[in-house]
Amino acid sequence: MKLRIKFAKHGAMKFIGHLDMMRFFQKAVRRAGIDIRYSEGFSPHQIMSFAAPLGVGVESDGEYMDIEVCSMTSAGEIKEALNGVMVEGVEILSVTVLPDNARNAMASVAAASYRLRMKEGGFPVEDLADRLAAFYAQPSIPYTKETKKGPQQTDLKPGIRALRAEEDGSVSMLVNAGSSGNIKPAAVWEAFCDYAGCDIPLSACLLTRLETYTETAGEDGSRLTALSDVGAAE
Amino acid sequence: MDDDILMRIEKPARYIGNEVNSVMKDKEHVAVRFAMCFPDVYEIGMSHLGIQILYGMLNEWNDVWCERVYSPWVDLDRLMREKHIPLFALESQEPVRDMDFLGITIQYEMCYTNILQILDLAQIPLSAKERGEDVPIVIGGGPCCYNPEPIAEFFDLFYIGEGETQYRPLLDWYVENHAAGGTRHDFLRGAAKIPGIYVPQFYEECYREDGTVSGRKKRYEELPDRIRKELVTDMTEAYYPLKPVVPFIKVTQDRVVLEIQRGCIRGCRFCQAGQLYRPVRERGVEKLKQYAAALLANTGHEEISLSSLSSSDYSDLNGLLDFLIDDCGRRKINISLPSLRIDAFSLDVMSKVQDVKKSSLTFAPEAGSQRLRDVINKGLTEEVILKGASLAFAGGWTRVKLYFMLGLPTETEEDIRGIGELSNKIAAAFFETVPKEKRVNGRVQIVVSTSFFIPKPFTPFQWAPMCTREAFLDKAYLTRQGITAQLNQKSIKYNWHEADVSVLEGVFARGDRRVSQVIRRAYEKGCLFDSWSEYFHNDVWLSCFAECGLDIGFYTTRERAEDEIFPWDFIDCGVTKPFLLREWKKAQAGEVSPNCREQCQGCGASRFGTGICPGGAQEA
Repeated sequence: MKLRIKFAKHGAMKFIGHLDMMRFFQKAVRRAGIDIRYSEGFSPHQIMSFAAPLGVGVESDGEYMDIEVCSMTSAGEIKEALNGVMVEGVEILSVTVLPDNARNAMASVAAASYRLRMKEGGFPVEDLADRLAAFYAQPSIPYTKETKKGPQQTDLKPGIRALRAEEDGSVSMLVNAGSSGNIKPAAVWEAFCDYAGCDIPLSACLLTRLETYTETAGEDGSRLTALSDVGAAE
Repeated sequence: MDDDILMRIEKPARYIGNEVNSVMKDKEHVAVRFAMCFPDVYEIGMSHLGIQILYGMLNEWNDVWCERVYSPWVDLDRLMREKHIPLFALESQEPVRDMDFLGITIQYEMCYTNILQILDLAQIPLSAKERGEDVPIVIGGGPCCYNPEPIAEFFDLFYIGEGETQYRPLLDWYVENHAAGGTRHDFLRGAAKIPGIYVPQFYEECYREDGTVSGRKKRYEELPDRIRKELVTDMTEAYYPLKPVVPFIKVTQDRVVLEIQRGCIRGCRFCQAGQLYRPVRERGVEKLKQYAAALLANTGHEEISLSSLSSSDYSDLNGLLDFLIDDCGRRKINISLPSLRIDAFSLDVMSKVQDVKKSSLTFAPEAGSQRLRDVINKGLTEEVILKGASLAFAGGWTRVKLYFMLGLPTETEEDIRGIGELSNKIAAAFFETVPKEKRVNGRVQIVVSTSFFIPKPFTPFQWAPMCTREAFLDKAYLTRQGITAQLNQKSIKYNWHEADVSVLEGVFARGDRRVSQVIRRAYEKGCLFDSWSEYFHNDVWLSCFAECGLDIGFYTTRERAEDEIFPWDFIDCGVTKPFLLREWKKAQAGEVSPNCREQCQGCGASRFGTGICPGGAQEA
């Protein structure tokens, strides 16, 4: 049986990288006594896959992983068992049973939403909402990415689905994620700071991923759905 | 710590605490705050069982909160100095300086400058004599404390022996002294009366004109002349941490560690642990089964490892392994079995729990010839090695690791050539055992590693001269030549250690109190993480010895007289000096000694009245 697990990651846990989070959950599943399915072969491993890696230093309310179990009583009990073995800063938000034919979490990811706010006070930028809007209205948003092969010019614009200032003083954005082209919110912010001529390092901000989405085709075009809405909550 | 700093350094997870099974307490409701430190990087320190034992035990006590501290890596070290950030404990993220105790476990000599880094970053004066009432009591523990003199200046007290026994009385005395308004000095004077506790500043080391130790003076009449090591008399009932801290990042020992016994019956003459932890004491097998199940459930680790100096000597190894293979098989848990003798039984077990194709087998002949193996009392014969290797090759293994030491007492060129010859015979055994069509990739891989022999206190070789750097390198060269001369040389790979760091380790191992000035000076000149070759600066160390007027050869290559007083003689580790001298003479005559189970050699450890000693073997 396939399960989709949604979790939040806050506080000091934002410094635990993606691979270490995977190791953390492998151990947590054993501590919780979940009857997880193992692969065949001499060194069997748990059937577990994560949706979209989260950068170190970023918090999240919308992280996902899929696991397969051989048996269970209910999704609710899995959630409770896992929450019983978590550390401070990681919370299981929901456990959903997936239809057997569901695509795995990683293959499903299309976009992710983020919120950026200053750790203390509001952004020291005048007319933030207008300037963000003007920045986003540009036909293209050039950004120089540092890669192993050296600096590389890219255009962020096609990957940004929404960008605006919220009434509470934070900045929200919805960007492409997953294999179809991943946009880092840090890159968007850096490009904006360059554009607006301000110097607000990301380390002075708190960046939170709010939700991870998949794209489903409908009659009126494609639309975004939270990964947790794919299955049927039990 | 500040997010900004954590984002600027490698592996911030080393410093945030919050791991599974780490212990948080309300600091307002504890009487004693204890910072327990392993003076090396997190991944190494978190792999150490001793700290997990003490951490668990201290935190079981309601009035004590024990937290952990590791050496900040060079990147954070630089930032902490730049920004004057005091060293903090992982759990509370509060300064170590505000704790009551800072306990430092000292597992190898090459961490000595890291001890000074810890004190310095914690803003604690380096020298115990310079410390006021407002800084923690600094305690040293672990095997290097069996010769504490080279680092005596930096510690308020040393705890000699196994930590399970005297921490409660020590902390009770601390609370009592504090409540009565006693000073730091009052505490130390009282602590010196507790068994196993050594307060170095109350003693003075005296020297003869030739530089050797003439004796010791003590400051107060009531102080003990000798400090006897502490040890656990009932291993089965002793505290064991069933909820060890589980790190987020991958560490060196990323598995459940089940300590099945302490001590070793073998009596290899170069081995310090084999003498220090006598007598051998086993943990009951039923207890171990319970512990294994609880540890796996509480940590979620996917691997369990048995820990001991020689697992094959555990009396009910069969029973334990049968249980583990069955229980772990169901849970998809791997079992790792270090320090097993290679024979039909162990190969059978290993083939059940390991991927034969991936794993390699390890033999530690330690010396290349039978003559030299007799000198060091390593009861492993060529016949046994070749038989074990043939069995292993027949069972599908194709990789063998061999460990040797160079520079052992009485070693000749012939002994060194024996290393290549033995390796060649093992390779030949593969080609004889495995028919051509069954050879995986058609070959066998033999990896030979040599380390340089360093005489250690409380071993029969504590009198032995150590080689010079040049002699070591010549021996490594000869070893390599010996290997390349072999018919099967293409199947043999050879690695050797650096010589410079071995020489320095030799000084620290048998050093006296004067050596501490060199350590301090080297630290002040920037030496740190000396056990990491990329941070080891031999030239700086050499200049520090010269500036302090100390001769390296005095501590390493000098032949010691039988009646010389050693800096560590005031410590009583159970094993007596006359026994060690007997063994030293037998070594020089090439005579072997039977192990503890075969016949008691009267080493002195029987006075503890526990383990294998009473009724287990006859007194010689």
